[in-house]
Amino acid sequence: MPIQYYIFFCLTLFSIGVIGVLTRRNAIIVFMCIELMLNAVNLLLVAFSKMHNGAALQIAPGSTAGIDAQIFVFFIMVVAAAEVSVGLAIIVMMFRNTHSVDINFLNRLKN
Amino acid sequence: MDTLEILFYALSAFAIVSAIMVLVSKNPIHSVLWLILVFFAISGHYIILNAQFLAIVNIIVYAGAIMVLFLFVIMLMNVQSDKEPQKKLLIKFIGVLSGGSLLILLIALVKQTAQLEGKQVLMKEGTIGLIHPLGKALFNDYVLPFEISSVLFLSAMVGAVIIGKK
Repeated sequence: MPIQYYIFFCLTLFSIGVIGVLTRRNAIIVFMCIELMLNAVNLLLVAFSKMHNGAALQIAPGSTAGIDAQIFVFFIMVVAAAEVSVGLAIIVMMFRNTHSVDINFLNRLKN
Repeated sequence: MDTLEILFYALSAFAIVSAIMVLVSKNPIHSVLWLILVFFAISGHYIILNAQFLAIVNIIVYAGAIMVLFLFVIMLMNVQSDKEPQKKLLIKFIGVLSGGSLLILLIALVKQTAQLEGKQVLMKEGTIGLIHPLGKALFNDYVLPFEISSVLFLSAMVGAVIIGKK
């Protein structure tokens, strides 16, 4: 499978996430769209890692070139899990204060 | 067209349709369920790339833990879908327009990149996605970031508890 197909697919998913962040006002949906963008990037990292590994395997059999990208994906998932827990706590706090999950109320966080 | 290509196109179409449904659904719970389907499609992509460890971690962490957290929060808040404030139609149109322009721009950029011509992704073969080489790399070269990520988790946990208690 040519790498371009993977790039096009991941770009489409990423752009859908961007459109969601720009068009929705529900803070939870905006958060979910950010997760969607993170996943598109993860898939592209894995595709590139397999591309480099395939090129390296033709020169040296048994090579592990490209394994760093998969470790990166693992760490992106770790950071995303931590980010979601804190972000949802902030959204719950906002809902308790304003009884709404509208992102336009998020500028009241500073008070 | 062999099986891998059919699988690639089917999973991609499934993921894109589900991702669009995440944006279109009015009810936030339906959005969460559609997003879980997107994550399953992406896990299928990992499997046909032979990244088995990431496929399982994606299902456990994303579809299992994170999405359940989202569902809990939505059910806790009891958000009515008809009361959700909507952006103005003009703003929505501008948002879709700018997102679409970003997509077209990036696709045009990739299409004229000469370095990517003829590069193939190794599918269904290769051992780097298996748990043995990944574990070796994680605990030899990346052991310090691994330990630091545990500190990150601890701080996130403390932060979530403190924010939630207020």
